[in-house]
Amino acid sequence: MLPVVPLAALFFAAFVLPLIALVAISLFRNAQFAELSLAQYLRFFSDPFSIKVLTDTLWLGAEVALATLILAYPLALVYVASGPFMRTLITFLIMLPLLTSTVVRTFAWIVILGRDGIVNSAMLSLGLWQAPARLLYSWEGMVLALTQIQLPLMALPVINSLLRLDGNLTRAAEGLGASRARIFITVILPLTLPGAIAGWLLVFAAAATAFITQTLVGGGRIILMPSYIYQQAVGVQDWPFSAALSLIFTLAVTGIVFAIGALSRRYVRGVDAA
Amino acid sequence: MQRSLVDRIYSTIVAAITGFGMLLLLAPTLVVLVISFTGGITLKFPPPSWSLRWYVELLQSQEIIEPALTSLKVAAAATILSAVLGGAAALGLARSKLRIARALDALFMSPMVLPAMAFGLSLLLVFNLLGIRLSAATLVLGHTIICVPFVIRMVGASVQQLNPVLITCSLSLGASRWYTFRRITLPLIRRGIVASCFVAFLTSFDNVPVSLFLADARTEVLPIKLWAILEGSLDVRVAAVSGVIVLLTLAGLVCAEIFGGVSRQIGSR
Repeated sequence: MLPVVPLAALFFAAFVLPLIALVAISLFRNAQFAELSLAQYLRFFSDPFSIKVLTDTLWLGAEVALATLILAYPLALVYVASGPFMRTLITFLIMLPLLTSTVVRTFAWIVILGRDGIVNSAMLSLGLWQAPARLLYSWEGMVLALTQIQLPLMALPVINSLLRLDGNLTRAAEGLGASRARIFITVILPLTLPGAIAGWLLVFAAAATAFITQTLVGGGRIILMPSYIYQQAVGVQDWPFSAALSLIFTLAVTGIVFAIGALSRRYVRGVDAA
Repeated sequence: MQRSLVDRIYSTIVAAITGFGMLLLLAPTLVVLVISFTGGITLKFPPPSWSLRWYVELLQSQEIIEPALTSLKVAAAATILSAVLGGAAALGLARSKLRIARALDALFMSPMVLPAMAFGLSLLLVFNLLGIRLSAATLVLGHTIICVPFVIRMVGASVQQLNPVLITCSLSLGASRWYTFRRITLPLIRRGIVASCFVAFLTSFDNVPVSLFLADARTEVLPIKLWAILEGSLDVRVAAVSGVIVLLTLAGLVCAEIFGGVSRQIGSR
C-alpha cells in the first residue's frame, strides 16, 4: 500500500478538502462569510428563473442522450454485421471526434450552422429556403452539435454490448420466423439495454456540463447551469451562491446517474433470473 | 412476402441512419480542415478562394502562441505527475484486496463522475481562502487530479493482466525489487502507461472547466483563449489553430500507436 500514499495525500489536499470547503462556503448567508444558514439554497429553490435554468440543463442532457442513442444503435448493428474493413472505418470515425479538442469540434459547428454556413448556403442554393435560418445560437443547433460531439460516448458501449450478445439467440428468433425489426425489438434491444443505459448516462452527464458548446453554439441568450455558475462565481463573485449552485447541479446530475444506474442493475438481475 | 417488405424497410432505415451517423462523425473535422485554408475573411463555406494566409497570420499572433505554449507545458507537467503518482497508486492498489484499497480506488476515480466545474470552483475558493495566488502550479495541480482516473484505469488494467508468477520468479532468482520492477513489471505494463499518458495529455490540453477558474491573465491556456476569441467574434485564425491541433493529435496518435497500441486500450475502456 506504500506506493498509494503520495496520491492519497494529494487527493486529500487538492480534492477532498476543496469539496468540503465548497459545502461549507455554500452554507453562509453572504459573501462576507458572517452567518451560517441555508439562505443560498432557499434563494435557489424560491427563484423560478434558477429552477428553470436547472431543469433546462437536465432536459438538454436527456434530449442529447436520446438523440445519440437513436444514432448509435444502427451504427452498432452495421458494425457487428460487417467485415474488418467496415469495422476499422467505423472505429476510426468514432475515435476521430474523441481525439479532436472540444473547442475545435464546437468551432466546426459554428462553421456549419452559421449565417453563411454549410446548411444555410446549401438550402438557399437549392431554393428550399428563402432566407438564411437562425441555426447558430438556437436550442436545436445546440442539441445537434452536442449530439455529434457526444456520439462516441454512446457508440462505444452499445457496440461492446452488441458484440457480447449471443448470436444463437438472434439466429433462433430468425429460424422461428421473426422479422428483423421484431428481432431487434424483442431480442437485441432488451439484451443490450444495460450498455445503452451506460452510454445514455455518460452522454447525459457530458452534455449537461458541456460549458464550451453550450455557450458558443447556444449563445448568450440560453442560460444553462454551467454558464450560470461561471457568471455567479467569476462575474458577480458571489462565492456562497455559486458554491450552492454547483452543489445543487452536481447532486442533480450524479443523483440521476446513480438512480438510473441502480435501476439498470436491478433490470439486469431480472433478465438473468428469467 | 409481407415479411420481406418489413425486413427491407427495417434495413433501409438502419442503413440510412448509419450513413447519417457516419457523415455526422466525419463532417465537422473535415469542415474545420477545409475552412482553415480559406482565402476569405469570413467563415463562408465553401471558401471563395484558397490560401495559407490564416496559418501565416497564426505564426504572427503572439496572443495565441503564448497560451498554446502554456497549455503544452501544463499538459506535460500534469501528465508526468498523474502518470508517476497514479501509476504507483495503480500498482499498489491492484495487488491489494483490502477494504481501504477499494475505497481509495473509488476516490481516485471520482473526478470522472463529478462535474469538473464544481471541482474547479472548489479549488479556486480554497486558494482564495488560503491566500494562494493563482499560477501555473495551481493549474497543474487541478489538471493532475482530472487526469488521474485515466491512469488508474488504464495502468490498473495492465497490472491486472500481469502474471504475478513472473515477479515471484524474478525475486526468487535473486533479483532485487528495484531490478524486478525495472526489468519485469515496467516493460509488461508499458502499453497501459503509454496509453494513459496519451489520454491524460489530451485531457489536460483540452480541459476547460478547471482552467476556466484556475487560469488567470498570466497563465492563460489555449482552449480558454479560443473560447474568448469565439465569444467576441468569429475569427478565422481559430480554424488555423484547429487545423494544427487536429494534425498534431493525429501525429501523436500514430506515435502512441507505435509505442503502445493505444487504440485497443481506448476501445476497450
